[in-house]
Formats: sequence, C-alpha cells, structure tokens
Amino acid sequence: MTELVGQDTVKFIVFQLLDKEYAMEVDVVEGIEKLMSITRVPKTPSYVKGVINLRGVVTPIVDLRERFGLEAKKMDDNNRIIIVSLQDFEVGLIVDAANDVIDIPLRSIEPQPEVVGSVESEFISGVVKLDKRLLVMLNLDKVLQPLKRVSSDEY
Amino acid sequence: METNQYLEMFLDESKEHLQSCNEHLLELENNPQDLAIVNEIFRSAHTLKGMSATMGYEDIADLTHKMENVLDAIRNSKIEVTTEILDVVFKAVDYLEEMVLDIEAGGTGKKDVSELVSILNRIEAGESIPNDSSAAETAAAVMEVEMNNASAPSMEYDEFELTVIGQSSEQGFQAYEVTVELREDCLLKAARVFMVFEILEKSGEVIKSIPNVEQLENEDFDEKFTVVLLTKEDVSAISAKVMKVSEVEHVQVMPISVNALKEEKRAKEEQASKAVVEEKENKQEPVKEAAAKQQSKRGSAASHSNKTIRVNIDRLDVLMNLFEELVIDRGRLQSIASELHNPDLNETVERMTRVSGDLQNIILNMRMIPVETVFNRFPKMVRQLARDLDKKIKLEIIGAETELDRTVIDEIGDPLVHLIRNALDHGVESPAERIAKGKPEEGTVTLRAYHSGNHVFIELEDDGAGVNRERVLAKALERGIITEESAATLTDKQVAELILASGFSTAEKITDVSGRGVGLDVVKSTIESLGGYISIDSKEGQGSLFQVQLPLTLSIISVMLVELDKDIYAIPLSSIIETAIIQTSDIMNAHNQKVIDFRGSIVPLVNLKDIFEMEDADGRSDGFQSVVIVRKGEKLAGLVVDSFIGQQEIVLKSLGNYLQSVFAISGATILGNGQVALIVDCNALIK
Repeated sequence: MTELVGQDTVKFIVFQLLDKEYAMEVDVVEGIEKLMSITRVPKTPSYVKGVINLRGVVTPIVDLRERFGLEAKKMDDNNRIIIVSLQDFEVGLIVDAANDVIDIPLRSIEPQPEVVGSVESEFISGVVKLDKRLLVMLNLDKVLQPLKRVSSDEY
Repeated sequence: METNQYLEMFLDESKEHLQSCNEHLLELENNPQDLAIVNEIFRSAHTLKGMSATMGYEDIADLTHKMENVLDAIRNSKIEVTTEILDVVFKAVDYLEEMVLDIEAGGTGKKDVSELVSILNRIEAGESIPNDSSAAETAAAVMEVEMNNASAPSMEYDEFELTVIGQSSEQGFQAYEVTVELREDCLLKAARVFMVFEILEKSGEVIKSIPNVEQLENEDFDEKFTVVLLTKEDVSAISAKVMKVSEVEHVQVMPISVNALKEEKRAKEEQASKAVVEEKENKQEPVKEAAAKQQSKRGSAASHSNKTIRVNIDRLDVLMNLFEELVIDRGRLQSIASELHNPDLNETVERMTRVSGDLQNIILNMRMIPVETVFNRFPKMVRQLARDLDKKIKLEIIGAETELDRTVIDEIGDPLVHLIRNALDHGVESPAERIAKGKPEEGTVTLRAYHSGNHVFIELEDDGAGVNRERVLAKALERGIITEESAATLTDKQVAELILASGFSTAEKITDVSGRGVGLDVVKSTIESLGGYISIDSKEGQGSLFQVQLPLTLSIISVMLVELDKDIYAIPLSSIIETAIIQTSDIMNAHNQKVIDFRGSIVPLVNLKDIFEMEDADGRSDGFQSVVIVRKGEKLAGLVVDSFIGQQEIVLKSLGNYLQSVFAISGATILGNGQVALIVDCNALIK
C-alpha cells in the first residue's frame, strides 16, 4: 500500500500549534524560517505581528495562535515562520514548531468532524488520520483573507 | 519583405510623427503665415508615408499622401490656411492615429477613408496640382526657386569662386546652390553625400560645399548640406536626379546670379569701409533669422535624435530591483563602516556611495517620463471639444515637464481625458452665459502638474459654473447615494465629491461629450487603483478644481528617520519643512487639539505614538519635544516623535497585498541593519 504515488498522494508540511498537529500543502510553502526581528505595523489586527525583511521583500507576519484565538505563548527556539505564497501575496505564519513533511493519500482526507477542539471550524478544510496522528488541514484562503482597506474615516 | 521585426519601431515612430503633426497643426492655427511650421508637418507626414508604404499599410500611405498634397499647396501659398482646412487635416491625423492604433492592436490598419480623401482632393483641386508626388515635389522645388530667386544668396563666396562662377556663366554654365536634405533616419550619411556628389559631378562641376568636403566625409553635419554646382542642366532635372538617391528628404536648387553676387560683394565692401550702422540691420537680420531657423531645425532634430535606444520596460524593472538590493546593501555597508572607523573602508564606502548615487539617478531618470507625453494630446482634444460644444475655451498647461514613473504615466491618460471632457461639458459655460455672468467670453481650463511630498499632483482647474449644490444633492438623494438627514450636514466639498460617487451623473441630457454612460466614479476608481486620491474643490459660479494625487510608485526616496518607542519610522524628506525641538511649555491647547506657534502660524501637533497606538503616549517629560513640521499642500502639521536619527536614502517597498493600505503608512523600507522601517504617510495625517 505504500506504492501510492502520483496524484494519489500529496506532500504536506506538518506543524504544531499548542498540542495539535496541522498540515498544509507543500505547494504553497515558500520556505520555513527561524524567528527574526519583526517590525510592528500599527493599526492592524493583533494577530498581525508586523513585517519582516525576507531577503529584500517586506513580508507580513501572522501569529497563527492569535489568529485561531489560542492562548499566547512566549516565543522560543522552536518557533518557526512558515512563508506561504497565496494568489498574489506572501505571508509568514508563526507556528510553534515545524519539522515534518509527509505524503498524505488524498482519499484519506476526511471532512472535518463537527467539533475539533477550539479552533474556528471555518479555517479548517478537513482532517487526516494517519496511523495514530490526527492532522488538521488548514484552509489558507480563509486564514489569510486580505485585510481590507482601513477606512480613513476612523479619524 | 518580412516586416514584423520592424513593427514596434514603426508604431513608436508613427505615433511620434502624428504627435508632431498635431502639435504643429495647433501651432499653425495660431500662426497661419508661418510656412516653417507647414514644413515641419510636411516632414512628419512624408516620413510617415514612407514608413507605412514600406510596411505595406497602403491606406495610411494613401491618406498621408493626400494630406501631404494639401500641405504642399499651403506651403506653396496656393491655398490659405483656414480653420476649415485645418479641421480636415486634423481629421486626417485622427484617422491616421486610429489606423496606427488598430495596427498596434493587431489589426490590419485598414479604414474607409474615401470620404476624407475626396474632401482633401477637393481642397487641393482648386489649384489643380498634379497628383503624382514626385511631380508635386519637383513643383515645390521650382516654387521655392521662384520664391527665393529675388533674395540674396545664402552662401558667401570669395574672389576666386566669384571669378569661376563669372567665367563659367560666360560659357553658358549656370551656377546653382543645391541644398540637399537627408532623411533624419538616414544611416550612412557620408555614403549618401558621395552618391549625391557623383550624380552632380556627372551633370556639371561642384566648386564648393558647405560644410566642406572633409566635414561631409566625417558626417560632421546635420541633415542638410549645400553644394555650388556649375551645370548646363535645368533646375527640375537636377533636383529630380538628386531625389533618386534614396534617403534624400528634400532638394532645393537655387540659381545664383553672378551680377547679384558681385553687387553684394561690392555693397559689402562699401558698407564695411563706411561702417554704416544700417548694415547690421540689413545684413545680420537675415543671418540671425537663418541661424534661428537652423537652431529650431536642430532642436527638433535633436528631439527626434537617432541616438536613443528603446528598452523593454520589464528589463528596466529588473535593473531597478537589482539596484534596490544594491542600495540596501550600501546602507548596510555604511553602517558597518561607521562602526569600524577604518579610514580606508570609510573612503571606499564613500566612493561607492557617490558612484551608486549617480547610478541611482540615471536608473531612476530612465524610468521617469515627463507628463508632457500625456498632456500633449489635450490641446487638440480641447480644441475639438470646444468646437463641438460651441464654447470658447483656452487650455493652459503648467508643469508639463514634471516627471512621473512610466508605470503611472501609462495609466493616468484616460482618467485625465475624462476629467477634461467633464470640465468642458459641465464646467465651462457657453459664451453667452459667461458674458451674462460678467465673465470673459473665453473660458480658461488649466492643467497643472507638480511634485509635492512623495506624490505628484495633477490639477485641473476651470473657471466655469462650479458644482451646483442643490442639483447635486437632489440627484444624490434621488439615486439613494445619501439620505435626507446626511444631506443637510454635508460640507460644500463633500457635496462636490458626491459627483465621484458611483452611479452619479449630473448631465441632464446625454451629450456626445461626456454622457457616455461612464461616470466620474470610474475616474475615481482608476486613480485609487494606482494608489492615488482625487478631491474636488468647487465654488458655485466661480469654477472647480479637481486635484489628483498620485504616488511616485517605484522609487528611491530621501527620508528622515525618526525613533518612536524604539521603532524606527521614515518620514519622506519631501514632506518635511523642518525639524524643531520645542519646549513642552510652548504647546498650547485649542479645541482639544495641541498646537504650537510655528513662525507666526498655528500648527496642530500630531502625536505619532497616539496615532500608532503605542504605549506611553505621553511618556517623556524632560521639557522638550522633537517635532517634525510636515506639509500637505498649504496645510502644516507638527509630528511629535521621540528623537531624530538622520537623513537617509531608502528604497520604497510596498507592504504587499495582504496588508492593503494601512492607515498613515505608505510603505516600508529595509534599513542598513536589515530591519524593516515603516514610512509615514504625511498626507493621510493632515486633513
């Protein structure tokens, strides 16, 4: 059964957030970086940590914990920034740890059960049970909806 | 002939020539007597004809040819320049433009021009000029001979040459001054000169040339050279022969009368000996005029100079991006050098800074084009519209030399066309109405461009009727754009800006000019998509001012770096008037707003830490505040910061599509230490 290749399996990057494992397709991932200095951008939602200099490109950084409404945690050496590239922009996602790339047979992806912990279900596109691991598939389009123009009428 | 590879060049050059036609036609309308302008138009038309025929676009060549004939008739004073004739010629240029655009869009460049051609024929026919172009040109040359015959020869001859001319005339030779003008794009000028000389020497003897032979061989001349030829052949034969040499634009053959020459020589000697003051007026005037003409020729030649190279904009983009990286590394090197205090390193970095500074200017300038390229199509448009609308309108253009990034230039044309149409149709009143209101009959529309801050402003001002508050409000209510309650509270400016709202059009009846079902909302959205902003100021009965603010998209700018609670922000130097350190006690309160007295005017203070929601907004209390005085147009504001760091050149980077337009932040940059610093958008901070 391990001979599933080609379109049947897709490579996923697995990362950790709190005590759960999440996965996203490797196609959208541009790279995984260690934490670096982040410049805060005022007047943005709190989960936008700011911007970094990613080899000359100013890249916004989103803290996934905050995005999902999970408790905040002090950053440590395990923290990683996963750079994802969507449609016409790049964003870095802060995760607790990222250290695995696995092949997941597409047919093993199941629709998301009614309740999956505290994570907002709208950000989830499905779950995968692999041996004893339960991976949550991210719906990146939802997670990273562009922030709308800040109305200047606020002032 | 496979012409595809030349297509782009053909399109570019055609557009240039058509633009030149347009400009000169407008000029001609103001100076109908100035035949030099007709010649300019003729030159452009002629080149266009040649190019399009080579490329196989027969319709363009035909139409140009007919237009040329009319121009030729004007040039030869056979017909007078009238508004009606110019209308037709303008129309012809319009058609040509359409055809060229059609080719650009992948079409065939075919268009039914028969009607216009017949009108052109009729204009021309009154004088029964033969339709064959070479005959027309010969005729033109002859005409010029006749016209010039009476005037003094333009060349000067020494005693020896005079004797030669005199003797040969006794033997039945006639002396001619043959002025040959090569095409601007002539590649091997020396070769053409050689061919011309060979032909002339077959029919007679060349005794003199200006410039001299050596200069001719070295191609050390513009497009024109003159030779003195002794021959028994007549004018038309000579000019027809020379015209056979390819890449010859124009030949003028002028007989030299020996008597006139001697006369002149004697007169000159006399005058010289008497040193009469009049001599200067008589003699130098024509020389000056000729020099001026030469100059203007040269000017136009320079503007169409061959010494340019068309570069794909994508390549420039790549160059620009690479250079940005270099500038960032330069900043990094500078900060490293300043820490190490190594004199050699410092010196090298300084040199590198200087060189890369120059390089930077060059690269930036390569991408910058004057808005002129957009503006110069408007005079003709305004002229046509004013005629269509039966209004008298003068268009003033100020600041056409203001430069903008190529990417922006490409986009702003259409919105501006729309605004101008709007101003002419709805803004400026009819002459009768204007007189009734006690205004001058002729309305003035001013198109203005200038740099301010990190932006380019383009303004369109008219002295027309302005925005009618009642009518706009009524319309906005009817369309459900605003509610009854809000209507009363709107300021005049807000009311005026309602006309930019989507689904709004004040035109009571749909006119040809602006009622095309496209509202000003399209203008607004186009400008906003460029990261720009449009505002309207209008005084009823006195006129309106549309102000378009555009960013200088891709650029390297000078900024002042400031510190705010350990974060570094950049404030564009172009917005800054000056920096000041003020005593806290000098800060006054007015309407819940802190203000300071800055050189006699009251300037509101903006606490950036407040705006950027930082902690300890009222932190320091050492009695002093660092303030950056910035401006937006006429308005000033003082930005309160923690401290100044210094001035630096930075590369403007966008925050990307995820963070679309954050309030008061216009972009970001990367500092020497690799950190990102945000750029403060002063325009957003000043209302």
